[in-house]
This record gives sequence, C-alpha cells and structure tokens, in this order.
Amino acid sequence: MNSKNILEIEDLNVEFSTPKGPLKALRNFNLTMSRGAIVGVVGESGCGKSTLINAIIGLLAPNASVTRGRMIFEGADLLRQSKQDLQKIRGQRISMVSQDPMTALNPILSIGDQMVDIQYRSDVSKSKKRDRSIEMLRMVGIPDPSMRFNDYPHQFSGGMRQRIAIAMALQVEPTLLIADEPTTALDATLEVQIIQRLKELQQNIGCSILFISHHLGVIAELCNYVVVMYGGEIVETGSVRDVFHRASHPYTQKLLECDPARIKEVTNTLPTIPGEVPDLVRLPTGCIFADRCQHTVQQCRDSEPELRYITPEHSARCPYSSHLVNR
Amino acid sequence: MLLYFLKRIVLGVVIVVIAVSLLYAMIHLVPGDPVKTILGPRASPEIQAQIREKMGLNDPLPLQIVKFLGNVATGDLGEDVFKRKSVNTIVFEQLPHTIYLVLAGIGWALLIGIPLGCFAAVYQNSILDRVVGILSVSCIAIPTFLVAIYSVLLFAVTLKWLPAIGAGDGSLLSYVRHLILPAFAVGLGWVGYLARLIRASMLEIMGESHVRNARAFGLKERTIVFKYVLRLAVLPTITLIGMGIGILLSSAVFVEIVFARPGIGRLIYDAVTSRNYPVVMGSVLVTTVLFVVSTTLADLINAMVDPRLRARD
Amino acid sequence: MKRATIKQERLRIWEGWLSVFRTIQRVVREPLGAMGLVLVVAVLISAIGADLWSTHDPNKINVRAAFASPSLEHFLGTDQLGRDIFSRVLVGGQIALKVSLVSIGAALIIGLTLGLIAGFGPKWLDNILMLLFDSVRSFPTVMFALAVVTLFGPSLTTVMVVVVVTQIPIYGRMVRSQTLALKTSEFILTERAMGAGFFRIISLHILPNVIGPLLILASMDIPFVITIEAGLSFLGMGVRPPTPSWGTILNDGYSYIYNTPWPVIAGGLPVVLTTLGFTFLGESLRDAFDPKLRKDS
Repeated sequence: MNSKNILEIEDLNVEFSTPKGPLKALRNFNLTMSRGAIVGVVGESGCGKSTLINAIIGLLAPNASVTRGRMIFEGADLLRQSKQDLQKIRGQRISMVSQDPMTALNPILSIGDQMVDIQYRSDVSKSKKRDRSIEMLRMVGIPDPSMRFNDYPHQFSGGMRQRIAIAMALQVEPTLLIADEPTTALDATLEVQIIQRLKELQQNIGCSILFISHHLGVIAELCNYVVVMYGGEIVETGSVRDVFHRASHPYTQKLLECDPARIKEVTNTLPTIPGEVPDLVRLPTGCIFADRCQHTVQQCRDSEPELRYITPEHSARCPYSSHLVNR
Repeated sequence: MLLYFLKRIVLGVVIVVIAVSLLYAMIHLVPGDPVKTILGPRASPEIQAQIREKMGLNDPLPLQIVKFLGNVATGDLGEDVFKRKSVNTIVFEQLPHTIYLVLAGIGWALLIGIPLGCFAAVYQNSILDRVVGILSVSCIAIPTFLVAIYSVLLFAVTLKWLPAIGAGDGSLLSYVRHLILPAFAVGLGWVGYLARLIRASMLEIMGESHVRNARAFGLKERTIVFKYVLRLAVLPTITLIGMGIGILLSSAVFVEIVFARPGIGRLIYDAVTSRNYPVVMGSVLVTTVLFVVSTTLADLINAMVDPRLRARD
Repeated sequence: MKRATIKQERLRIWEGWLSVFRTIQRVVREPLGAMGLVLVVAVLISAIGADLWSTHDPNKINVRAAFASPSLEHFLGTDQLGRDIFSRVLVGGQIALKVSLVSIGAALIIGLTLGLIAGFGPKWLDNILMLLFDSVRSFPTVMFALAVVTLFGPSLTTVMVVVVVTQIPIYGRMVRSQTLALKTSEFILTERAMGAGFFRIISLHILPNVIGPLLILASMDIPFVITIEAGLSFLGMGVRPPTPSWGTILNDGYSYIYNTPWPVIAGGLPVVLTTLGFTFLGESLRDAFDPKLRKDS
C-alpha cells in the first residue's frame, strides 16, 4: 500500500437484508485518498452516500452486511477491526460533521461539555482540553468563545452550530474528516462562509476531507477530486476539472445541465432528469442508468458497462464516453 | 417567566376557591340537617337553634361561603365538631404522615423504575425488555388497595416479617418499619408507569441525530447512555409525577385505611363517614392546595432543569 | 344498476369481517394478547352466566359453616357469615361488568357530545371545557367520590356517578382533538363549501374516524373502572351489603384476615385477573391497529 494514502477502499459491497430481499446499497466501490486530499462525493438521495459513510465509521445498521471488499485506513482494514478499536478510531482519527446542525448537538449539555467529552481519550488535564476547545471555537469564527463555552446549543443560530460541529470534529486533528452535506441546511451566504472556513482549517491542520454534497458549486470550490455516484455505484471519478469540464458519463452531464447555478438564461422551467431512482433489490442487468439515459442503446441493457479510462486519473462507467465528450 | 408563575398561582387560588365553595354548598344543600346529625335527634329545639346560630347556619349561603373563605385566609379553618380542637391543628397533625408516605412511595418507585426502563431500552427486544414490559403492565393494572391487602396478607399475616397496622410507637426505627409496606403499595403502580415512560423516552432519544453523532465521535456507550440519553429521558418524569399527584392522593386514602395509618386520607374518610363537616372542609381545602402547589412545583422544577425551557424568558 | 350495488355491499361486508378476523389473528399471535383474550372471555362467560354457574345462593347465611376453606362443596370457601364465596364472586363479576359497561357507555356519549362541542364551537367554550376536563382528570378520584358520598350517601348509583364524571374527560379530549384535526382538513372544507349540513359532516366524516379509537379507549378503560368500583365498595361507599361486589367481599374478608385468608384471596383474584385480562387485550388491540407495527402489510 502506498504510504501516502490514508484511505484505500477496494471493491466495497454492502447489502441490507429487507423483507423483499437483499438490497444492494453499495456495489464495487473503489476509492483512494491521499494525505491532505479533498474528495467530493456527488449524488442524489439513495445513491449510497450514507451507506458509504456508515461503512467507514463502522455504524452500519444491524441488517447491513459487507459482502465484499476492504477498507484500509492508515494501514489497517477497518472491516476487520473489533468494536473497541473502531471506537478508538472514531472521533480521533476519523471525524464527522453531519447534515442538520439543529439536531446534531445534545440539547441539555453545554457545548463546552460536549467538546471536552470528545477528548476523553487524551490524557491532558481538563483545563488544557478546555483551552483547546476554546481555541478551536475561535478558529471557526465563534465570537467570544470563552464566554460562550458554557452556553447551550439552542442559544446559537444554525450557522453557528454548524461551525461548532466543525470545531468539534477538527479539534482532535483527525486524519480524515467526513463532511456529510454540512451546508445543505444552511442558506447560501452561510454556505460560502462555512466552506471558506473549512478550506482554511484544512490547510492549517492538513487533514483529508471526504465531502459529500449534491451542491456542485461547493464541490467545485472546495475539492480536488470528485466521485459521482448513482444507484449505489460509482459512475465517474476524476479531478474536479476533468469531471466538471469534460464530463464523460451521461449522468454527470445531466447533473451539470440541471444545476441551477449553471443556467445562463432566465427560464420558467428548470431541467430535470426524467424517471426514478432504480430499485436496488431487483437490479437491472445492464447499466444502472440505462432507464433514464438519453443515449441508451441495446448493449447498455444487455451487460454492465466496463470502466473506461479517459486519462489514468479520470474514469467513467460508460463505453460511449468519448463520443459524448466530443459533442 | 415570573409572570407565568404568577398567573399559575392566581389560577391555583381560583381553583381552590371554586372547589371549596362547591363543597361547602354541596354539604349544606344535603338533605338532612347537619345540626341534628351532630347533636343527635334528642336535642331540644333551643339548643339546636343556639348551635345553628353559632355555626352561622342562618346566614344566606353565599354569605356563609364568603365568611368561610375569609376565615381561611386568616388561617382559621373552623373547629372540630366532636372534639374541641381547631381543624387547623388536626389537619396539620395528620398531613406529615401522608407526605412521608407519598414521598417514600415515589422514592422507591423512582429507584427501581428508572433503571428498569433504562435497561429495557438499551437491550430493546431482548428477554429483559419483554419481561419488564409485562411486569410494567401488570404493575399498572393491579389496583393499589389490592397490593396493600395482599402485602398485608403475605408479609404481615403469613410471614409475620412486617407490621400491618399503624405508624409505630414513636421511635424512628419503628416508624420506618411501619412505613415499608404502605410505601410499597403506593409505589408499585408507579414502577410500572416510570419503567414504561423511561423506556419510551430513551428509545425516542436514541433514534435522534445527536445520539448518532455522539457515537460517531466514538464516545463510550456507557457515557452515551447515561450522560447523553438518560438525563434527557428523565425530564418527562417530573411532569408525570406532577400530574399524578391526584392518583397519589387517592392511593394514600386507600393505603392509610388498609394499614390504619394516620394521615389526611384517613382523616377525610373518617370525617365524611361521621359527618364531621368542618374537618371535611378543612382537609379538602388543604388537599386541594397541596394538589395545586405540587403541580406548579413540578412545572417550576421542569423549567429549572431543562435549559430549553429557561430560554422562554 | 341495483345488482352492482348489492354486490358491492356484500363485498364491503365481507371485507369488514375479514379485517376483523385479521385483527383477531394479530392479537392472538402475541402471547399477551392471547392470554388477555382468554381471560376476558372467561370473565364474560362467568359474569353473564353468574346465575347458571352459582353453586349456592350468594346471600344465604349459614353461620355454622363460617370461615370454611375451599372444598368441593364451596369452591372458594365461605365468609364470616357462612356465605359461599364462589357464588358471591360470580355475582360480584356481574355487578362489576354492569357498572363498567353502563358508566363507560354514559361517559362515552357525554364525552363524545362535549368533545364535538369543544371542537366545533367557539374558542372560549373550548377553553372552558378543556379547563374543566383537566381539573377533573387530575383531581383525586377518591376525594371526589367522598364528596359525592357526602351528598348522596353510599350506593351503586354513587359509584356510577363518580365513574361517569371522572371518565368523561378522557373521551371528550380524544373526540375534541380529532374534531379539531378534521375540521380544517380538505374534504371537510369541500363538503362545507358544498353546503353540507352539520349533522351530515359529523355522521359521515367525524364519527367513523372517532369510533375506532373511542372503542379502544373504552376497552382500556374497563379495567380502570372495575378497579374504581371495587375500591369504592371496599371503602363502603359503593354497593351496600349484603350485595356482593368484589369490593365488599374484600372488605369483609379484610376484617377477618387473621382468621382465614380465603375471602381476601377470592375477592381480589377476580379483580386482578379481570384487570390484567382487559389490559393485556387492550394493549395488543392497540398494537394490532398501529400501522407502524404491521409486519404483514
């Protein structure tokens, strides 16, 4: 394994057992993250993002099982670790910021209490932990942090709470930060500020970030690499430049087309992708996107498309990608 | 928030006034002459008239009520008809016994009920959970007076471990010994209520986002259960107990009668059966006040403990 | 045209029975539900046929046979006056059931009416009713019973009055919240826009939605009411002796508890079994109707 890589996910497959049969939520997932990389994950609801996160931090639901694959994090396979070891890694080497800041914090404990609690694995004195937390709050832009250290979550606005969440996640200086749609619940101006902050912090601390979002502009702004997911599998991977400027999978192209920020003319109707997300219990035999793709031909439905490499770094699961690029 | 509590207190006073006035009116509209009942049928008309005058029964009813309430405001609850003691003294002599009983009952119920509910939630759907579930339902379903009677049958009559009657000989140890079975009877139903409430409350909280977050940060399961979930889960208990004061007082009546314990419940019961109206009025008054005070107190405690409610200033 | 509607009607009735059957299935599948059903059926059979199953005249005094232990002659022994406890318990069950059904029925109807008024009427009326409901609901039942006894003296009527008054808020509240919720819903607004009368709205829309939960509430209320009746009779405020209510049997038995435990056991056991039975049944009925717990849909 390359020592520069902190996370190597190989051929990860996760299934959920449901009354209707096994639901294949994540299939053939591959990802390599190097130290300090910022990787974005794009996809609509149901594409497998949550499953991916839960698999990494080891909090999959009881009816989920990993049927295949490895996840090597800092040299050890996360899937082979005991519950205790995973608990040591969570909140220490891998941190998370979740989606809704309004419900992310415990309402009857002060934020200071919660921030110090997370550092329980460290041996330093309580006052040192307190100082560290206050310092972190300052770095995310909470005004008057030592005064507000004993305040309760409901005394902060949504934007502030998200900053607190980021402070909590980064105060332990993790190797990997997972950001699960951290700006989805915030309005546009707040979003910009948070992303800015995140960029600065990342440069300071040097952690890697796995950034999940369906907001393409933010991904373009923040990330180096991007992974596009649909229906539980990766449909395109590459650098932000490659994927956004030379989109090689029909789904990616459609996403870009439908992004409201990219629409240059005033219009009454916003473009959408027709159709519905696929049934992950009864998977189609061919390409997962075949039902909703404009360019589908018979071969698309007959067999699953191979991964095509446009450049060594840029790949897409569509055999017609080169034709599409040329259009 | 101060305004809110002032409003609650005023509302409480209104409730007490209405309840007492209603009761007063009811008693004096009862067919049958209270004076005759008190003195017996043989009393001469002159003495009857005298007593009637003394008790103020010749005034129109509304005036009687107003006079009574006026007396109450100055602390005078009237005089016991049979003994020459003030109702005040009698009621406040008996009140502490009921309070101890209720506190002891709730106390042990909390000590057993909360852990049971907590474990049932943490080990959801396990055998422990199902057993706790059945036990809770059973505790709630069986009436308090039956629990009292059967505990007397088992522990006092058959096993002879604990006393069945009275409140002891005055020493602390004896008092406590005599409190055990009555408190058990009062509290058993509450064990069921509390276990169910805590279990439901905890399960709801454990499904919430902030608990998942706490897990994502690798906090120890024990920390999560006790510091992050249970503390939040016990908050509804305060409201439950506040609202359940009525049930507690009813249970106290039964328990005091079964165990022949002194207390307000037994006092009222004896007073009603012997038509000792001043005592009835006095004790109902005090009970209603107690009732209003405890519901308000429960609200107050709730506000102090839950920081979210404090914010509504 | 007519043939089609007759067929539809038959289909609807058939579906109705099928869903009842399926609910019973769901109830019986759970061990608690099955036990509850068995207990309730047993109680109902023994109460309805009390006269059939009685072995002796429940009021016949036979002092020589006082305090007898259970035997083939007297299944549950005799009390201090030599009366057969088994027969008394059976009649007591009849009384318990009568009281609960009548009082719950009355409370239900009055509560339904008041709830509808609170829901549809002006806000101030709603507020007053809710204040009344809350005060009554949290006031100690026994205190209220004592007050009523002071007025009317102890009797079965007294108990029923107490039960009716204290239970009205339960039904009233539920009907009120349903009414409030439905009052602003789409289809009611549409109906009112079309000029539908008050009674039509109530009978066609509110009532069907309310009947189910009301019945479940009532069935969960039965054990509670039986307990109140037994308790009040135990205190001597309800049924007058020599009428055998479970409460009076317990009262008699308790005075002589040091002589023989059997009256107390015999008087209390039916109360326990009945309340447990109805409670278990009520809980599993509620679970059976809860769509979230349906695994077979």
